[in-house]
Amino acid sequence: MTEVTAEYKTVKSEEVKVWHKAASVDAFPTDGGAAIEYKGLQVAIFNFSRRGEWYASQNLCPHKKQMILSRGMLGSEGQEPKVACPFHKKTFSLKTGVNLNGSECDLATYPVKVEEGYVYVGFSQ
Amino acid sequence: MEKIIVIGNGMVGYKFCEKLRAKADKNKFEITVFGEEPHAAYDRVHLSEYFTNPSVSHLEMAPRSWYEENDINLISGEMINAIDRNNKTVTSHKGTQLPYDKLILATGSSAFVPPIKGVEKEGVFVYRTIEDLDAIIEYSKKTKKAAVMGGGLLGLEAAKAMMDLKQETHVIEFAPRLMPRQLDNAGSDALLTKMQELGIKLHLNKNTRNIAGEGQMTGMEFADDSNLDVEMLVISAGIKPRDELATQCGLAVGQRGGIVVNDLLQTDDTDIFAIGECALHKNFIYGLVAPGYEMADVVVNQLIGGEEKSFKSYDMSTKLKLIGVDVASFGNALCENEDHKPIVFEDKHTGIYKRINISEDGKRLLGGILVGEAEAYNMLLQVTLNGMALPPNPEDLILGSRGGEETKMELPDSAQVCSCENVTKGDICQAVIDNELEDIEQVKTCTKAGTGCGACNPIVKDIFNEQLAKMGKTVKNVICEHFDYSRQEILDIIKIKKIQDYNQLLNDHGTGDGCETCRPLVASLLASTWNEMILDKGKDSLQDTNDKYLANIQKGGSYSVVPRIPGGEITPDKLIVIGQVAKKYDLYTKVTGGQRIDLFGAQIHQLPDIWEELINAGFESGHAYGKSLRTVKSCVGSTWCRYGLHDSVSFSIEVEERYRGLRSPHKLKGGVSGCRRECAEAQSKDFGIIATEEGWNLYVCGNGGSNPQHAQLLAGDIDSETCLKYIDRFLMFYIKTAEPLNRTATWLNKLDGGLDYLIDVVVNDSLGIAADLEKEMEFMVDTYKCEWKEVVNNPELRKRFTHFVNTEIPDPTMKFEDMRGQKKPVEWGA
Ligand code: SRM
Ligand SMILES: Cc1cc2nc3c(=O)[nH]c(=O)nc-3n(C[C@H](O)[C@H](O)[C@H](O)COP(=O)(O)OP(=O)(O)OC[C@H]3O[C@@H](n4cnc5c(N)ncnc54)[C@H](O)[C@@H]3O)c2cc1C
Ligand code: SF4
Ligand code: FES
Repeated sequence: MTEVTAEYKTVKSEEVKVWHKAASVDAFPTDGGAAIEYKGLQVAIFNFSRRGEWYASQNLCPHKKQMILSRGMLGSEGQEPKVACPFHKKTFSLKTGVNLNGSECDLATYPVKVEEGYVYVGFSQ
Repeated sequence: MEKIIVIGNGMVGYKFCEKLRAKADKNKFEITVFGEEPHAAYDRVHLSEYFTNPSVSHLEMAPRSWYEENDINLISGEMINAIDRNNKTVTSHKGTQLPYDKLILATGSSAFVPPIKGVEKEGVFVYRTIEDLDAIIEYSKKTKKAAVMGGGLLGLEAAKAMMDLKQETHVIEFAPRLMPRQLDNAGSDALLTKMQELGIKLHLNKNTRNIAGEGQMTGMEFADDSNLDVEMLVISAGIKPRDELATQCGLAVGQRGGIVVNDLLQTDDTDIFAIGECALHKNFIYGLVAPGYEMADVVVNQLIGGEEKSFKSYDMSTKLKLIGVDVASFGNALCENEDHKPIVFEDKHTGIYKRINISEDGKRLLGGILVGEAEAYNMLLQVTLNGMALPPNPEDLILGSRGGEETKMELPDSAQVCSCENVTKGDICQAVIDNELEDIEQVKTCTKAGTGCGACNPIVKDIFNEQLAKMGKTVKNVICEHFDYSRQEILDIIKIKKIQDYNQLLNDHGTGDGCETCRPLVASLLASTWNEMILDKGKDSLQDTNDKYLANIQKGGSYSVVPRIPGGEITPDKLIVIGQVAKKYDLYTKVTGGQRIDLFGAQIHQLPDIWEELINAGFESGHAYGKSLRTVKSCVGSTWCRYGLHDSVSFSIEVEERYRGLRSPHKLKGGVSGCRRECAEAQSKDFGIIATEEGWNLYVCGNGGSNPQHAQLLAGDIDSETCLKYIDRFLMFYIKTAEPLNRTATWLNKLDGGLDYLIDVVVNDSLGIAADLEKEMEFMVDTYKCEWKEVVNNPELRKRFTHFVNTEIPDPTMKFEDMRGQKKPVEWGA
């Protein structure tokens, strides 16, 4: 399983080749996240129910390379939805992956869709 | 269009471009910048951050796209090696030749390398550029001992970096003291002690004669015949202005280097300017960035034909950024050639040294030195620079006032607050008024104050708050951008509107979607009001990670398990169970500072199983993860101890069980000692109880931690029942009125009326709320449940404890190694 930041690359929705069926909707706590594994990658999926939105990003926090973001806290800064890492509270935009309160590397983000009670994450391979 | 060429894309060269583009019409000047380094200009002042965050983009002054957007032709990785003044052209080492109308030399300096035998050896470095740092980081992977030559500002910064690279670190200084240009002997001594505490080894009065080794360096030899084995050396012995181009084209340079300029920063050739660290003004090289920025401003002003403005000599006050020890020197710090009266404060115990130099007539502050505590730096600097009249007791400036009103001085509008960006107090106030600024970040964006070295941030904030207050806007302690209320106001709303749900509170009384500040805070308030299970649906997403999994997260993502051991008393049988559980799940065990046992290294999916076993053996949650009661420490007391007056163990167990699980603004700790020998250290706790002949003395608001404070007597010689009654009232009053994350000590320090007021409320019931407080506490005590017991017995909640939701496997990246026969997590990546 990879802890190498470089192996996590943002997938844009037009680049999706595989929609991976991750888990059923109720596996994801409301206004919270859970991690999945896919081909050696750890991806955090967030159920931002307050906003009625779903997001996915690498589970790896770039700060101290911890597999933890799925346990982070959701919130917003202005309009931007964000997640705060449990370890040192670095916050990242769920839309762009940008570190909002520092200069850590961006998170890779992935498209998410929900169909018939299941959550799917988009990968390019 | 006038053709401007800038040689050098360092901090000052960059600032020149920024200012010229900001002040002049884009079509008036065509700008080309040559930079020898491969990177676009970066923040050299914060270069040392590269060791902990090796990202170039983090340091960049502006991304490359900025140059494009501003029509600036940036040519990186090319060094100019000739200027032809007759034909007005420059030529680079790659052969690029370009004509100029005006030429700006911003070539900076290089590190000065003293002519010592062996400096060319492998393992010897300087500390100036990103390339230097990359090379140092790489080399340090195979070394264990490093030395830094030079105990000045930069040398100490380099020493800190060597520590970060896990080197045994030595600092070699030629002079008899550290930072010889900024500190006197006593100041250096104080700093020396602090540095030694950090583990840095210092060698003063050392003249290096030779760097030993074959090819690679292996050690240093000194003039006093001593030597030192080190595998790496970083030279930080001063700077050498880069004036070689000036020499090549026949411009005047100083005897000890530097391109000679006049007050307008012109060289002998009126079409060529020199700015920044390469410029020699009145025989002085400024090795700081702020004067360089000011020079850039003066030149830009001439180019656009602005009002006459010339460069005046500049203040060289400094504050050390990184080392973990506050050191500052300002104004005329040493006053070696100026008549003055020094006021000195020295505390060898805590390592604090402060000195201020007062003018002969006692009216003005000339300068000073602060070591160990430099909070007053900004204020003192302003008093010095603005020649402000001193208060009647100038010693208050460094001692703080002892009794009476605080010494606070009103700065004039002209006071320069941010020297990096040359922003005055007036600029900040004006910006707040004109642009109706409402938060400090806007102030920074708008005025640029605090965006340089950052040293002025506290004073910028004070000025901003004062200005808001002047405009009649209340400076309110709102908790975050989502709620325009203080913690206390939110608590009132929750109670009055009977709100039980975070989203409801946010919808009705807040904006946006919450954040890591308000969610846990509201969770804690809901818990201390309704005492419901914190992981109930909808509440779990509010909890900090520790609360969310009812365990403390550790390096690597594993968790610790801390069962409650009230009063520190435990039966052998229970000890055995802890041992068995630890063995079964391979957990690291340690006796904590709170008289109980911590089991570390549990994986998330193991937590419910581990707790199930502990609960079956009669344990319950120790709430080590919560902002709630931790332990009530006890001494063995009168049952065994020959001095014991009462049974402190029984009483501490009673107290601990009474308040277990109670959610509060911060964690709570208690202690009960059986006599005034105080073996339970009760006076360092939020509430401490000490046996007396007559009953108990109750102390409150003590604190260990980073700002230790002794608890103070709330009531003396009271019986057990009264004691509990007072603690009930005291804790509830604290829970209701404290700001988030304020321990009781901090809360008391801020409480209007202080201890007397607290005694009035708790003991004399001056507010008439005592009965309510007791009733509320009674409710909490009656509704207490062990959270872990609920999880263990609830399959829905248990399901949450997994790492992945699409596979059963645990987190494969979690790694442990062995230490003294137990496990520990592998060190986390930088
Ligand atoms: C385990 C323990 C150290 C040990 O191995 O002995 C410990 C470990 C931690 N302490 Fe502590 N403290 C421990 C006793 C103390 C003590 C001593 C005591 O309680 O007698 C103090 C000083 C007394 C005091 O609090 O006034 C202490 C003052 C702190 C502070 C500073 C609090 C302050 O007011 O400044 C923090 C930081 C905080 O809470 O914000 C802290 C925070 C922490 C955290 C929670 C840091 C963190 O967020 O990860 C550590 C959690 C480790 C874990 O996962 O269990 N720990 N900590 C001790 C657990 C005691 C227990 O049984 O619950
Ligand atoms: C580790 C460290 C910490 C510091 N901390 C502080 C601090 O806390 N506060 C403070 O005020 N100052 C500090 N300084 C000093 C500050 O960085 C300098 O004063 C500032 O960088 C000077 O800016 P400059 O543009 O004049 O020179 P530089 O930043 O050195 O830039 C000059 C640039 O010109 C290039 N150049 C030179 N000759 C040529 C040529 N012929 N052709 C093309 N390019 C050329 C160089 O490669 C360089 O990139 C620190 C310096 C260091 C190294
Ligand atoms: S003193 Fe610091 S390192 Fe030690 S346990 Fe407490 S918080 Fe952790
Ligand atoms: S590991 Fe995520 S913020 Fe430090």
